Amino acid sequence: MTEMPSSRRSAFQVLTGVFSLPAGARLGAGPTIAALVLALIVLASICAPLYVPYDPLAMDAMSRLRPPSDEFLLGTDPYGRDIFSRVMTGGRVSLLIGIGAAIVSVAVGLVIGLLAGFFRAADGIIMRIMDSLMAIPAILLAIALVALNGPSLSSVIIAITIPEVPRVVRLVRSVVLSAREEPYVEAAIALGSSMPKILIQHLMPNTLAPLIVQGTYICASAILIEAILSFLGAGVSTEIPTWGNIMAEGRSYFQIKPGLIFWPGLLLSLCILCINLLGDTARDLLDPRMKKREG
Amino acid sequence: MKFKTRDLSTAQRVLKIRKLKVGLTGRPDAQPVLNEIDLDIRAGETHCLVGESGSGKSVTSLATMGLLPKDALEVQGGLIDLEGFEITNATAAQMRDLRAQRVAMIFQEPMTALNPVLRVGEQIEEVLNMHTDLSKSEAKARTIDIMEQVHLPDVQRVYSAFPHQLSGGQRQRIMIAMALVLDPDLLIADEPTTALDVTTQLQILKLIEEMQERHGTAVLFITHDMGVVAEIADTVSVMQKGEIVESAPIRELLTNPQKDYTRKLLKAVPNLAPRPARAVSEKDAVLNVDRLEMTYGGGGWFRKSEGVRAARDVTFDIAPGRTLGIVGESGSGKSTVARCIMRLIDPTGGEVTVAATEISRLSRRNLQSHRKHLQIVFQDPYRSLNPRWTVARSLCEGPINFGTPKSEAMERAAELMELVDLPKDALDRYPHQFSGGQRQRIAIARAVAMKPDLLVADEAVSALDVSVQAQVLDLLDDVQDRFGIAMLFITHDLRVAAQICDDVLVMQKGQVVEQGPAAAVLANPRHDYTRSLIEAAPGRHWDFANFRALERAPAVEGPIA
Repeated sequence: MTEMPSSRRSAFQVLTGVFSLPAGARLGAGPTIAALVLALIVLASICAPLYVPYDPLAMDAMSRLRPPSDEFLLGTDPYGRDIFSRVMTGGRVSLLIGIGAAIVSVAVGLVIGLLAGFFRAADGIIMRIMDSLMAIPAILLAIALVALNGPSLSSVIIAITIPEVPRVVRLVRSVVLSAREEPYVEAAIALGSSMPKILIQHLMPNTLAPLIVQGTYICASAILIEAILSFLGAGVSTEIPTWGNIMAEGRSYFQIKPGLIFWPGLLLSLCILCINLLGDTARDLLDPRMKKREG
Repeated sequence: MKFKTRDLSTAQRVLKIRKLKVGLTGRPDAQPVLNEIDLDIRAGETHCLVGESGSGKSVTSLATMGLLPKDALEVQGGLIDLEGFEITNATAAQMRDLRAQRVAMIFQEPMTALNPVLRVGEQIEEVLNMHTDLSKSEAKARTIDIMEQVHLPDVQRVYSAFPHQLSGGQRQRIMIAMALVLDPDLLIADEPTTALDVTTQLQILKLIEEMQERHGTAVLFITHDMGVVAEIADTVSVMQKGEIVESAPIRELLTNPQKDYTRKLLKAVPNLAPRPARAVSEKDAVLNVDRLEMTYGGGGWFRKSEGVRAARDVTFDIAPGRTLGIVGESGSGKSTVARCIMRLIDPTGGEVTVAATEISRLSRRNLQSHRKHLQIVFQDPYRSLNPRWTVARSLCEGPINFGTPKSEAMERAAELMELVDLPKDALDRYPHQFSGGQRQRIAIARAVAMKPDLLVADEAVSALDVSVQAQVLDLLDDVQDRFGIAMLFITHDLRVAAQICDDVLVMQKGQVVEQGPAAAVLANPRHDYTRSLIEAAPGRHWDFANFRALERAPAVEGPIA
């Protein structure tokens, strides 16, 4: 496709337009705190190997179920593994799955949604497939997919992505359906622009703002679903600590060692709360109608 | 032309506005939206408020209703006196009592002003329930009575109809019934006929007048259409940028306007006298449309359904440098024809030949190379340019699609900006930085950039203010002279068609009822429908631009096609 410099510049402006705050808009205290907390958790998880005192997988029969102390900050689990090291390291996989699933499902959903929205012929078939996917409960579908592919990071991401894709497709399709009736799209047809050009240059930018919002929700729900999958034993292999499987393992020791569920659960809830809050803020900022009502 | 000349100076004064100032909430130093306006309306009087968009007409009406959006606009001074009651500092409860009982309002779009899930009769009754102690049967009787007064057909059936089951004119009648059921002293009508077809508009204007005579209501009528003003007004106020420029009885204002702005506004109003037709071209027609047919729907897997025949048997051609106008009311199929010719939709029958190629059955792929021969300008300048693209990018899109190098396309874009009278630095700006008229110029430049043989203008000036409308029509004329483009001009407004078209084609319900030279069709309409369209054109006897009555249109020359 022939691209001209001015189009690249304006694509850049589109993106900065989406991300930068409108003039005069100020983030309230809630979103600011949420962003800080989330940044802290993400940073702490990424840098976990640099500062955790123990190998999260190293077992020690001599120090089973220790209470919190100077030696073990949050105590140890039934196998003598340091809970603090495990929880902080576990965040890496949980967050990776959350962000990975959000990006993959938004990308796949965007492509399918654009096609469904623009080509009448494809629409019927694609949407019926999406409808039938939506008819199956997400967790059931994910369990089935993991069972088929075996427990690994990529198969968990795929298992979480597939139930999310139909939602993204519906969103993109609805935006495209209304945008394609805009006179400027018809003008582009009259100017002889090719279908791919119209799809990518005229229609896709319209979907960016709602997709960013949807992405944050998918991210939060993916972290949650991963935790549920791990809890049910259908997540990533127990070799790799995640918030979900730490909690799953701690289930039977809950009464004598509540910290096993409490600490990963706390971080998980905090993350999801922050992400959802930021998603809501993004929606309000990107949707001019919501902004007016607040006005 | 007959104007209203009633003397109302003895009638009771219903509304008195003095030095009313409305500004942005919390910003008393900012430029006010209404700057110290004065207004008087007496019982039985129709006072028209005219002005272009953004002049403050609607803000005046909202302030009078006490409906200013609180977080955006506030009254910053002056008084609004409704029969001795001061509105500017009334409480919400007082205003609620006042509305419907003493002041009522009708809006431009009756479909959105009515609740779509309630029966229209119940909606009128609700007004009675809110403000009176009438029993259920009394309220119903009164509702039926007012519905009969506004001449709704088959009142019992309409009473239990939902808004979507009624036509636009009927919905507006319901709105009028709802506004007048409690016999208010002041009726505010905010562009009540703008969304209606001309023939319906005429009926609604007559109805408002009749109801006014029957109830002695004072009417504040807001409109941008000088033709409507000439038909109904006793007195007129011309607004510009939040100020009342001139206020006078209708005849005085139209024959002897005092202010430059009023003159400018009146000069821009098109009239029904057709333009002198251009010389008949010797060249072959650019566009031949032969028995074009478009049926929506129909087909079906199991049962053949009828489908809607939006256009049938449409045949015409246009020579280079000439303009053909298609006129008709909404639903007449005029836009369908335009979209078929542009191949934005695929016609179900007939032939469209552009620049010697039959395009109505070309595949999308084969069509691509013929797109450059025909271009379109749409009605809504706010939606016809991609809001995320710079003007330069919009102007270059077409030429680049057809292999013009980018630098050449940019050069051409700069030339075009000059042609449409916009500064060159406008190229790097975005559509939202321009006014409606400027955007329409950009849209025209984008179409002309393709050097088309045929330009389709689909209601291209309908969304614009009259003065801007006149400028854009001039621009289209200029472009046509310069490049010898053939033009297909679609409009619902006969007055606009008279200004720009050499030939006119009148459509009704998908069929061509009359076609021929503009002068012949407008001066001697042969079909009843054309005649009713011409008779419904508001202010058709007045030559606004020359401040005098209109002489008869020039005599018909040549045979009628």
